[in-house]
Amino acid sequence: MYNFEFVKPKTLEEAVAALSAEEAQVLGGGQTLIPTLKQRLAAPAKLVSLSGIEALQGVRADGGVLTVGAGTTHATVAAEAGAYPALAALAGNIADPAVRNRGTLGGSIANNDPAADYPAAVLASGATVVTIAREIAADDFFQGMFTTALNDGEIITAVKFPIPEAASYQKFEQPASRFALVGVFVAKYADGVRVAVTGASEDGVFRWSEAEAALAANFAPEALEGLAVPAEGMIADLHGSKAYRAHLVGVMTKRAVAAAG
Amino acid sequence: MTQVTMTVNGKAVSGEVEGRTLLSTFLREHLGLTGTHVGCDTAQCGACTVHVDGKAVKSCNMLALEADGASVDTIEGQANPDGSLNAIQAAFQEHHGLQCGFCTPGMVMAAAALLKENPKPTEAEIRHHLSGNLCRCTGYHNIVKAIMAASGQDVAAVAAE
Repeated sequence: MYNFEFVKPKTLEEAVAALSAEEAQVLGGGQTLIPTLKQRLAAPAKLVSLSGIEALQGVRADGGVLTVGAGTTHATVAAEAGAYPALAALAGNIADPAVRNRGTLGGSIANNDPAADYPAAVLASGATVVTIAREIAADDFFQGMFTTALNDGEIITAVKFPIPEAASYQKFEQPASRFALVGVFVAKYADGVRVAVTGASEDGVFRWSEAEAALAANFAPEALEGLAVPAEGMIADLHGSKAYRAHLVGVMTKRAVAAAG
Repeated sequence: MTQVTMTVNGKAVSGEVEGRTLLSTFLREHLGLTGTHVGCDTAQCGACTVHVDGKAVKSCNMLALEADGASVDTIEGQANPDGSLNAIQAAFQEHHGLQCGFCTPGMVMAAAALLKENPKPTEAEIRHHLSGNLCRCTGYHNIVKAIMAASGQDVAAVAAE
């Protein structure tokens, strides 16, 4: 790892000022960034840790919306997001317990790893990503593998999740990394069903609109019979082929619908 | 270099570190606390697990400066005040929960974190909790037995022999 200057501001204003420096980079929980730095795949001149900023912490349910501070760890979401059980369950099954004590919601979605769990929850919930500058709809936020709508230096402060009537996240784990080989988050709202798929596509997390339409008419696993995502555009690696991942999308969506009830 | 100050196993310590200095490096190379092992250095194996403010973390995946002002507990602080093994350590010995011993400091720290939150975990809960701690010798069964025993539960209930 190349050396860098480390700063840990107490307020968002101080963090924004620190990030205006050349080659400055935000540090969330560091569970992806620190391994990346070790590999010398990134070499920022300055790391601005957000872990000292109280305003980024906490989970709050109010009026059918669960608001999670961007600096909240996965372990805290697992313990405190009882108002949105499928989200709490997802957070409690990210990586392993020690990683969940450091990794944060904001860090996960800002990184937008194509196999990360949280992007599926954010997209399937039609959540709103709140930053220091604006509010971004989930449909606009994720823009392909490791790419988001965030501008340089734009810090995520919170994510607002509308709480669904029923939901479930089902992950087919890659057993060594515990990332999703395929993960599907299904959320049923009064005005429709949203299905978001992670781990599968070369474009990162995506919505499966055919499944959404079928489930809006009949929220049952049988409604998905005969539907399939095309293998074209799926990720192929040593863990699974394009066709295998496309098949898993259907299987995991059915499981999620069955689990959501 | 920047001054870092923390409490390690109940004692105030400080040192001069770079931005990139990992907590595991600070513990091992600055403080000489080499019980915290660095296995994979990629945050997968869990041999470097310590507690920061009571929570288990992988110390090879946290910057020393992030622990400034924190209370850190390592394997060196686990024994009873008279130097005898604590309940978890004694159970690992009794139930042969280690062979080469490399993963053991991380296993003991992970177990301690689990039992603090969940004093009577089921076998499945123990196995799930250890998902981020890799052991290449034991096949885990004796580690699970040791944690069952340390929590005062019947080890015969553990499935595989």
